[in-house]
Amino acid sequence: MQNLTAYELAQRIAAREVSAREAAEVANARVEEVEEDVNAFVTTTPELALERAGRVDGRLQGGENGGVRLWETVPTTVKDVLSTRGVRTTCGSRILEDFTPLYDASALLNFGEDLVMVGKANMDEFAMGSSTENSAYRPTRNPWGLGRVPGGSSGGSAAAVAAGEGWWALGTDTGGSVRQPAALCGIVGLKPTYGRVSRHGLIAFGSSLDVIGPMTRDVRDAALLLQAIAGHDPHDSTSANVEVPDYLAELENGVEGLRIGLVTELMDERIDAGVREIVADVANSLEAAGAEVGEASLPHAYYALEAYYIIAPAEVSSNLARFDGVRYGLRVSADGVHEMYRKTREEGFGDEAKRRIMLGTYALSAGYYDAYYAQAQKVRTKIIEDFRAALHRYDVLLSPTSPSVAFELGSKTGDPLAMYLQDICAVPASLAGIPAISVPGGLSDGLPVGVQLMSDHFTEPLLLRAARAAEQVADFEFTLKP
Amino acid sequence: MEVTEQRTYTAVIGLEFHVHLATRTKMFCGCRVAYGDPPNTHTCPVCLGHPGALPVTNEKAIELGVRAGLALNCDVARRSVFARKNYFYPDLPKGYQISQYDAPICTGGHLDVPVGEETIRVGITRLHLEEDAAKNVHVGTSGRMHGSVGSLVDFNRGGTPLMEIVTEPDIPSPEAARATANHLKEILRAVGVSEADMEKGQLRCDANVSIRNPDGSFGTKTELKNMNSFRFVERGLAAELARQREILEGGGRVTQTTLHYDPETDEVHELRSKEYAHDYRYFPEPDLLPLELTDAWVREVRGSLPELPDQMRARFVEQYSLSPYDAGVLTSDRDLAAYYEAVAAGPVDPKQAANWITVELRARLNEAGMEISEARVSPERIIELIGLVDDGTISRAAAKDVLDRIFTSGESPSAVVEREGLAAMGGDELSGVVDEVLAANPEEAGRVRDGDQKVIGFLIGQVMKATRGGADGGRVRGLILEKLGS
Repeated sequence: MQNLTAYELAQRIAAREVSAREAAEVANARVEEVEEDVNAFVTTTPELALERAGRVDGRLQGGENGGVRLWETVPTTVKDVLSTRGVRTTCGSRILEDFTPLYDASALLNFGEDLVMVGKANMDEFAMGSSTENSAYRPTRNPWGLGRVPGGSSGGSAAAVAAGEGWWALGTDTGGSVRQPAALCGIVGLKPTYGRVSRHGLIAFGSSLDVIGPMTRDVRDAALLLQAIAGHDPHDSTSANVEVPDYLAELENGVEGLRIGLVTELMDERIDAGVREIVADVANSLEAAGAEVGEASLPHAYYALEAYYIIAPAEVSSNLARFDGVRYGLRVSADGVHEMYRKTREEGFGDEAKRRIMLGTYALSAGYYDAYYAQAQKVRTKIIEDFRAALHRYDVLLSPTSPSVAFELGSKTGDPLAMYLQDICAVPASLAGIPAISVPGGLSDGLPVGVQLMSDHFTEPLLLRAARAAEQVADFEFTLKP
Repeated sequence: MEVTEQRTYTAVIGLEFHVHLATRTKMFCGCRVAYGDPPNTHTCPVCLGHPGALPVTNEKAIELGVRAGLALNCDVARRSVFARKNYFYPDLPKGYQISQYDAPICTGGHLDVPVGEETIRVGITRLHLEEDAAKNVHVGTSGRMHGSVGSLVDFNRGGTPLMEIVTEPDIPSPEAARATANHLKEILRAVGVSEADMEKGQLRCDANVSIRNPDGSFGTKTELKNMNSFRFVERGLAAELARQREILEGGGRVTQTTLHYDPETDEVHELRSKEYAHDYRYFPEPDLLPLELTDAWVREVRGSLPELPDQMRARFVEQYSLSPYDAGVLTSDRDLAAYYEAVAAGPVDPKQAANWITVELRARLNEAGMEISEARVSPERIIELIGLVDDGTISRAAAKDVLDRIFTSGESPSAVVEREGLAAMGGDELSGVVDEVLAANPEEAGRVRDGDQKVIGFLIGQVMKATRGGADGGRVRGLILEKLGS
């Protein structure tokens, strides 16, 4: 059972070959087995998983499987940035160490009230980081090499999927936080179109960028999990009132006739040679499979990272203001309210959170707003225009997901800028709000390399179809690690 | 210097209002807006600023904001933007207030304010929508932060839809400021945007105030806060203007600052400048899309507006031939205007009706501390009363006595007249009295006969005296003139 994809598992449960509870037991057992090495979770919820799986099995007894949708039976890992009613939600931060939310994120409710949750996955604090080393709890280890990082910020979710702690996971992506860890852990990570999945209950980092996305064993699982969480939400004004298509319908249609553009700006020397090689291999294989492959250009992609590191910190400096010790979370008592704020936030936030709060506060300050925030928004507009032009010429754009394979724990923690460069390939799609997916393209030095595909707003069916073809031509097979 | 001795002191006042909108629910969540309920009984993850909770704009609040804007003759922006105003305070759960900044929903309007016998036009710079903060409650004897043992926060008010209205510095005096606040309240109530009850905190007023420089340019302004009644708006501004004038007369300079009016001592106190030295780091609220309104929707809102006080006043002047002043008094209160229109609809002279209501009836209401809606005497009774005077049944003086009675009892004026024997002397009896008076005053009668109208008043007075006021002056005059053949 352990080696099935989520889709295959769900089919077996629907056919009553196995029960949801048995699947949950397998997932729980796998957590028991590897968690001490991997540390993918901040909180594990084995009893909750069994209880809900039992309820799902009960519902399955009704006619037509009791209306249970395919995905509802699958043991699932949830990034600890999503609000879960009654289950503590830390965001990887000390400041929310004992925080238990009052409500469930809308995406989880879309999935179903009996979501079989294995646990809450570790992450960089408030989703800021590319290695999960910014978690206030222990760092997560990459199942492909326990001395290496799983990427971030959804490193716990990625590692859990790679290690089989749950069949799939939900992550969130602001500037690559689903795609980069998926690449580093050898799994599939999809960042849907901004607005495709409700953000209500996603504890905000960069509100104009944050998207919840599937992290899965293969592309078909990603399509199924997106089906489970997508949809308009009246609680989120930025969620799109666009019909949700059947993401599985066109999945196996292949790439024949698709126009695929390899982004030249994201294939330069900033990217490790081994990574470039695999991306080029996948491009060639797709061409051989019938796609029309050419070179695409995103001239302003070079400025994307700079714009991102203005916009995201600006938003987070405001989004994290609510963690003030007044109503919930950590409070460090002090003489007077201002001193209480200072001490609470000093003790509650880690270095990276503080760094971004300072960056963002500065960028929004009187006299600097135009030079930084307003300018970054102009760059963002330029990048959107670049994509519009490139996606006029091509159906899908291709690039590396990350400039390198998984690096060693501690190797970049002293150099924030080097860490930020992990996002150079991922950030442009985030700024444009378009969907992007990372699929394993092969191995470099024995470690997985992610290939990124991007397409126009709300064209996930097309993107998933191309990604499905890419994973099939790639020299990579999902196997549980470690 | 001699120049300062010659100087005239002209006040320049601009007002800033915060108005609670009369919506059922809060600005960005579904919690009910309620006053006086137990603390923290109307809250949810959104208005408590819980992690991950998102705002959703209250459509009714948008409509009310636009209604107010249209009533104040503003331009309604087809596209406006919510922005975050960032600062830390325990009553602000998200660490920012969702407000509007460089793209407000309404700009550039005005209101015409009756001040005494005049009308001044006060420009409206902007009107924008935002959410109210919660309420900090300081535990301790004084109820204020200083010296309290701790503070609690009641989030019931947090997130209440709030409208900020900023006027141009067009207001020349504290009296005019009070009238502006009053007039704004009437307009907002008339169009159903807010109850605008200052005691409930539904209408709050701050002011920017300065004294014009001798060359006509603006002087340094100060900001005055906490004027939580119309009376305090006037008194607070008077106190601050006196303070500024004293500084200028002493050869000093006014410094820009924020002050707090203390109604107990009738003084203004400077707030610690540190508390207001904020950089709010405004930026567009990424959780909300820009607010886009269609022409058709704005037209629909405009079409649903009732007659505004200013329009009604103009109509009263036109339709009933009233003075602007009387029309202003009558239309300053919607219920009073409706009462007047009910009376004027009867077989009465509309000017007479206005007189009876603005002078006689209002005096009695004020004395009793009653609103027109609480009056026992109905418009029909007033019509009847005016009719009794018109047909000479009672004199004006007697009619006032009758009004006194029916004001408290609500009964029919005819019944009172009959019961109390207040009917005016008429017919042969009155004619006889007039004859007697003319006979007793031949000299004056002769002068009137020769066309000298001045002494007729004396003769009328003699008749009234002889009848002990039981005759109608107009009728007596008519009789005298008739008998003297002039």
